[in-house]
Amino acid sequence: MKQTKKWYDFLWIFSLAYLILGFFNILFAWLGLICFFLPLGISVLNGNKAYCNKYCGRGQLFSLVGGRFGLSRKKDIPKWMRSGYFRYGFLIFFFIMFFQMLFVTGMVFAGAKDLRTAVTLLWTFRVPWRFAYHGTLCSAGVAQFAFGFYSVMLTSTILGFITMILFKPRSWCVYCPMGTMTQLICKAKHAASSQKI
Amino acid sequence: MPKRKAAVNKKECVSCGCCVKVCPKGAITVPTGIYAEINPALCVGCGLCARECPASIITLEVVNT
Repeated sequence: MKQTKKWYDFLWIFSLAYLILGFFNILFAWLGLICFFLPLGISVLNGNKAYCNKYCGRGQLFSLVGGRFGLSRKKDIPKWMRSGYFRYGFLIFFFIMFFQMLFVTGMVFAGAKDLRTAVTLLWTFRVPWRFAYHGTLCSAGVAQFAFGFYSVMLTSTILGFITMILFKPRSWCVYCPMGTMTQLICKAKHAASSQKI
Repeated sequence: MPKRKAAVNKKECVSCGCCVKVCPKGAITVPTGIYAEINPALCVGCGLCARECPASIITLEVVNT
């Protein structure tokens, strides 16, 4: 019954490695941009969610820990969490926090603000992260972006783990902002192509 | 016994593809990235997809044959 594993079924290793590397050198956080631009690129160019469906390492990590290792209650997600209001609301909230992070990065680039060697968890708790900072070759803004981006990634992983434990392993996929965004792109793309004819 | 096959609530599907991965028959695809589609000719109604679906929007429905 088990299908043979493909090369992309092991991408969870990258997701795990990414989280671990952030504890050693924060500049590795820049690699996370791959899981930002790749799904967007695939949906814009191909009009599908192949990234979610096949390559998403985070989803694989959740189904491994929650499914195979059983760290999940495997209950249904509450109805409101799968509603459009929540999904699009979370996407907008995520966007606002993301642009706020970019703004702070810009301030550091411009020299108007000092670099803060901290990771902000759940948009609230500032955790000192000096141990992963070993200087940067260029502007301090490069490091500031790394701290900011790693905060986003770690925060969403924590949220994903909480909903993995409470509900089904890949509950994060229901409200994942990248998933919602790529689905929107697919909707727009296919609406446009079906009108053309 | 009446036959049952998987049915997707297309409006609430998030097209994550979890169902595609667990389907032993390869009966599910997410062709446009908007919702999952089930090929009724291949579906055997095992219910693995319904159990896996993180949004719990796949159900097993009785089909008339």
